[in-house]
Amino acid sequence: MNLKTFKIGGVHPEENKLSADKEIEVFPVPKKVYIPISQNLGAPSKPVVNKKDQVKAGQLIAKGEAFISANVHSSVAGTVSKIDKVIDQSGYKRDTIIIDVDGDEWDESIDRSEEINRDITHLEPDSIIKKLGEKGIVGLGGATFPSHVKLMVPEGKTAETLIINGVECEPYLTADHRLMMEKGEEMLIGVSILMKGLKVDKAYIGIESNKPDAIAHISNLAQKFKGIEVYGLKVKYPQGAEKQLIKALTGREVPSGKLPIEVGCVVNNVGTAFSVYEAVQKNKPLMERVVTVTGKELPKPSNFLVRIGTPVSELVEKAGGLPESTGKVVSGGPMMGKALTSLEVPVIKGTSGILVFPARVSKRVPMQHCIRCGKCVTACPMGLEPYLLSQLAQKERYEGAEDERIMDCMECGSCHFTCPSGRPLLDYIRLGKNKVGQMIRNRGK
Amino acid sequence: MNDIVINAVLSLSALGVAAAVILYFVAQRFKVIEDPRIDQVNELLPGANCGGCGYAGCRQFAEAIVKNESLEDMNCPVGGDESMKEIASLLGLEVEEQLKMIAVVRCNGTFNNAPEKVQYDGPASCEFEHNLAAGSSGCPNGCLGLGDCVESCNFDAIYINDERGIPEVSEKNCVACGACVEACPRNIIELRPKGKKDRRVFVSCVNTEKGGPAKKNCSVACIGCGKCVKTCPFDAITMENNLATIDPEKCKLCRKCAPVCPTGAILEANFPMRKPKEGQEQSDKPVDKQIELKHTTTVLMYPEVPKPAKKAAPKKDTPNDTQKQSKTDQGGKEA
Repeated sequence: MNLKTFKIGGVHPEENKLSADKEIEVFPVPKKVYIPISQNLGAPSKPVVNKKDQVKAGQLIAKGEAFISANVHSSVAGTVSKIDKVIDQSGYKRDTIIIDVDGDEWDESIDRSEEINRDITHLEPDSIIKKLGEKGIVGLGGATFPSHVKLMVPEGKTAETLIINGVECEPYLTADHRLMMEKGEEMLIGVSILMKGLKVDKAYIGIESNKPDAIAHISNLAQKFKGIEVYGLKVKYPQGAEKQLIKALTGREVPSGKLPIEVGCVVNNVGTAFSVYEAVQKNKPLMERVVTVTGKELPKPSNFLVRIGTPVSELVEKAGGLPESTGKVVSGGPMMGKALTSLEVPVIKGTSGILVFPARVSKRVPMQHCIRCGKCVTACPMGLEPYLLSQLAQKERYEGAEDERIMDCMECGSCHFTCPSGRPLLDYIRLGKNKVGQMIRNRGK
Repeated sequence: MNDIVINAVLSLSALGVAAAVILYFVAQRFKVIEDPRIDQVNELLPGANCGGCGYAGCRQFAEAIVKNESLEDMNCPVGGDESMKEIASLLGLEVEEQLKMIAVVRCNGTFNNAPEKVQYDGPASCEFEHNLAAGSSGCPNGCLGLGDCVESCNFDAIYINDERGIPEVSEKNCVACGACVEACPRNIIELRPKGKKDRRVFVSCVNTEKGGPAKKNCSVACIGCGKCVKTCPFDAITMENNLATIDPEKCKLCRKCAPVCPTGAILEANFPMRKPKEGQEQSDKPVDKQIELKHTTTVLMYPEVPKPAKKAAPKKDTPNDTQKQSKTDQGGKEA
């Protein structure tokens, strides 16, 4: 098979897909859920329920009012116990709707049958966009960009190709892999709906070659769908990044500082495609997602279909409990994920995995001097010079960092991963991006 | 042979003379007329270039003084009143005496008071940790103890106490330039007047959470109960966002607020120990507890009213209590 990939940079971390053959398990409804009102990129949503209100699963509880924002729905049936500030991944407190669960009554409009609804002939682009906005669908790859905004192509630009991201280049994570294996057909219907919403007749699905079963399964199913092509990709991190995937599949390069629509592409994750199917065909809002709970010393690495708002501690408990050796629990993939400060934080729309690392591997190696080996430059998929950017940020020379295109960094962590001196390159670059971003915003005023 | 030497000498001298003439006219033409007083004022300034006056450096400050012909709102925190008076007499201007200021660390979240819940192992900089997470104790406003303030100080005046994990300001060295105030990502450090006999009373907390959550992370957090506001006879204390703040201009240093604080969040600096009143029972008088400091001569303390036996019991079993008590005695002698 002729495998595609992107050209510059990239690294090969150990794959460790421990839960790849574990079927998706439906996670029991928890006793209490914590649903943060801001789970997506953009403006936080506004709560539309009050204390002591009765809610059903799938009911709207917070409305996104800004252009880039998304609705939030209750994932359970029960009573709103309070709207309070609860700690999130970072330990800072954010507004959260807390619901005491009582039974499992779903909103009547949701079609809960197992049957696959294949009929999409009557759908119009506008109605699709409206539906996705209504049902609070966001990108499930991790960045949680509201999907309906992605489908609204800005004036003067045309979309030519829809790209579906089944790469899952992060080690350990298997949520997308399992979803493709078990809900392949639904996912492909979701892809057709997205194609209709974008008015394009071509869709490429990219899957890395470490998932041969998924490539075979999806290629097989895709023959029945018009315009959908499946491509195997060489295994390389960060192939799942938007710009790298476009480069790998179409050979086009997104210009610096621009969006993929500039080259006629729109990228969506397979998880998003599946939730698009559910929203449009089953009228079901985004209230559940597949989460991989894994770790080398965790007794039972698993894939769970979890209600949004379930505390992470319950997931870890179900997967066999926290091993004694645990040093770090990470939300997301091991390369880009964030360490959690508490296990009581809830699963949100962007949580793709919960990883448990033992203390001996999670400790950072002591930082040493930069030896100018250039490994980070070779590894950077955006063609930047991470050693230089980190030093400019460290020395507070933010103008210089801006000239060196620090804002193009997508924080994939390849530089940090490859550095033989254990330098916290990405940490400094993140700080620099933060400062340069402030500088640019102030300039506009 | 001689000819060559003579020619060379002559031609070089001629060139030199020509260059001198050109340079003379150029210097005349492009002469920069500078007020000689700028240099004189610059001489009188300490030359620390710390930026505490609000200008980029001492030279810029001197230029601004000479240009404005007035010393209003001009103050060099390093040189203090002495320097300003000398400058005033040189320029024939009037100068007002400025209040002496000092940097005050408004957090008491030490290892004991705000125990570590999670470990941070990223780069040792407060700014990083602040951007990534709420901090190891869980307090979203508390000191991170990684020393951005220490790095910013040009005067050897602020140090992290490695036993307590929070910074201490040297009474002697601090010139109140404000560099640490800028450097602290959590806005914990503020400039306050040094006060009469160097005495100050301040709320040592900047946490704006409600009482319960604040107390959960730190035993000496301001819980916003408002007792001090009611006690203050001079209306010097205001309560905003569950946080009490003492206005140093209104505060008359009466020390009435500190004993009523249920968490010991109000600290007193450089006061003598309270004397026991006659006839009063030993058990209900406030006991002054001095905080053990390493890098400064400041005497920091908080009065604690012994609670009924039930609640007092768990507090006593902390090993540091006995230590603090012995230090209290020493502190009493010093003061």
